[in-house]
Amino acid sequence: MNVLMQRRRERLDRLAETGGAGEGKSLLAEAVTRLRRNPVAMVGAGIIAVFLLVAVFAPLLAPHSAEESFDALRAGLRPDSIPGPQPGFPLGSDQNGRDELSRMILASQQTLLVGVLATVIGLVAGMAIGILAGAFGGWVDNALMRLTDVLLSFPSLLLAISIAALAARASQTTVIIAVAIVSVPVFARLLRGAMLAQRSSDYVLAATALGIQRRHIVLRHMLPNAIGPVIVQATMVLASSILDAAALSFLGLGDADPGRAEWGLMLANAQTYLDVRPELAFYPAVAIILVALGFTLLGEALREALDPKSRR
Amino acid sequence: MTDQPLLEVRDLRVTFGGTGRRRRGDSPPTVAVDGVSFDVSPGQVVGLVGESGCGKSVTSLAIMGLLPKRGVRVTGSAMFEGTDLLGLSDAAMRDRRGRDLGMVFQDPLSALNPVVPIGVQVTEVLRRHRSMNAAAAKTEATELLRRVGIPDPGRRLAEYPHQLSGGMRQRALIAIALACRPRLLIADEPTTALDVTIQAQILALLAELVVDTGTALIMITHDLGVVAGLCDEVNVLYGGRVVERARRHELFATPRHPYTHGLLGSIPRLDAPSGERLAAIKGSVADNLAWDSACAFAPRCPRSLAECTEHTPPTEEVLQRLLSCHNPVPVQVRS
Repeated sequence: MNVLMQRRRERLDRLAETGGAGEGKSLLAEAVTRLRRNPVAMVGAGIIAVFLLVAVFAPLLAPHSAEESFDALRAGLRPDSIPGPQPGFPLGSDQNGRDELSRMILASQQTLLVGVLATVIGLVAGMAIGILAGAFGGWVDNALMRLTDVLLSFPSLLLAISIAALAARASQTTVIIAVAIVSVPVFARLLRGAMLAQRSSDYVLAATALGIQRRHIVLRHMLPNAIGPVIVQATMVLASSILDAAALSFLGLGDADPGRAEWGLMLANAQTYLDVRPELAFYPAVAIILVALGFTLLGEALREALDPKSRR
Repeated sequence: MTDQPLLEVRDLRVTFGGTGRRRRGDSPPTVAVDGVSFDVSPGQVVGLVGESGCGKSVTSLAIMGLLPKRGVRVTGSAMFEGTDLLGLSDAAMRDRRGRDLGMVFQDPLSALNPVVPIGVQVTEVLRRHRSMNAAAAKTEATELLRRVGIPDPGRRLAEYPHQLSGGMRQRALIAIALACRPRLLIADEPTTALDVTIQAQILALLAELVVDTGTALIMITHDLGVVAGLCDEVNVLYGGRVVERARRHELFATPRHPYTHGLLGSIPRLDAPSGERLAAIKGSVADNLAWDSACAFAPRCPRSLAECTEHTPPTEEVLQRLLSCHNPVPVQVRS
């Protein structure tokens, strides 16, 4: 009996120490703690970390340049065969006698650049629209939301293709812009809904009762409460942006420079040689899928961590 | 106490709905507050008492200018030191709120922003109205939290609302409301969401702050226990009207309006004979009649006469007591 009581008291003491103690811990900080304990999040984060490391250190990691064509490889190029792995070239040659491994590694930079830039542009534009619509309501809200409705009514890839096709000269920039525009209405809708939900909350009324300026209430009070789902969505959009960008390249709407290493473009070029060397399609395809999976897993885990209902 | 009241509310009327274009199927306008008038002097505590739906919260929101613009009609006046608060522009009202007028809300958890540290929520008011820099505001915020009885205020500033206990949160909310030393504080059921023991502490704190700072306080409550401890003058509201107003002691000693009488009778008393049943007011607020040609309380009133459902009772002021009833409870010493 006594021992049990003793143990219980110790446990309560420990709880008291950890529970009510120390410096403030925001909801976001708590979410990060919960993320740490989630294996799904860790797998996603691991994949992304590897991808980021490869992209950042690509010039150091890649044994050769992406554009250089090697005589040793070109010698083996025939209409019915492309040289496979050999000393110095672990993944063998591509269709032009270049080192496939180096191209794969260097292409990660392109993918990261396109994905992150497109998502950031879409996020900023979408948030601006969402904040305006959600904070002001009324006709502002109506006008902006009808605009996003128009964008949302197109299938996303079709919209991206149409926008990219509008450009006079296909380039990396047009791909980024096209993919970004596609994600704008998603962010805008999401944030608007979350902002509207905050508008009628007590703390907004309380802040109004303190004479706090409206701009301040919207940006400093409502936005932090509404941003959670948007952060989650951003990780998901990052994944789909990478896929969309690859799709645009695949369809020939990206930068057509054949020397450039980009997974979508590599995949597109590989389809001609699918019966000769299917690995050339396999490598970029797996890379794209893995990266998208990594961001999706992290996003899913983040959503769970930020969701008050799943909080333990 | 000066002769000039700090706040004079005159004939305040708040109507919901029915103001826009009339469409078929539109419900007729609902009168939430129906001609409420009362005064608040500096340093005075005035209670607005009544059950849910009697218009006490709407009255306070109207004075603060916090009712939505759409679908709400506010008439009458609320003179605050010579300016009509109801006629002020949005911008002018924003400058007054928080500086001259403070408000404490019912549920401190939802009235505090969950993702903003307490310290920021205190300092932003100071920076807004008293133009303090960050360092000065932080020092002042620490002092404010200390004054409302929050231990270790320096540490609490960095914490988030969910890390504070209910009582602590309400103290923090009071600190925020008092940050700019408003001359009028409106407390809308400040103790309803709290434990009984904490209620007593918060009431004691409010009483102390009123004495210390000389701020006037409008206390909105359905709890006559709160009134008993704190208010100088009590307005009993029913159906959006003040049906009885008296100084605290007179009201408790000799309630004249049957509604006030019923409210007092429905409080458990320690000195009542054991086994005696608690008196209840039958019916609910939904049974209201319109004030136009009747007494709204008549259907629920144990003393109602025929004329109660035919004529609006006149509002009379006798001996510092305002009463609106055809058949008031006779003056007697309650046993």
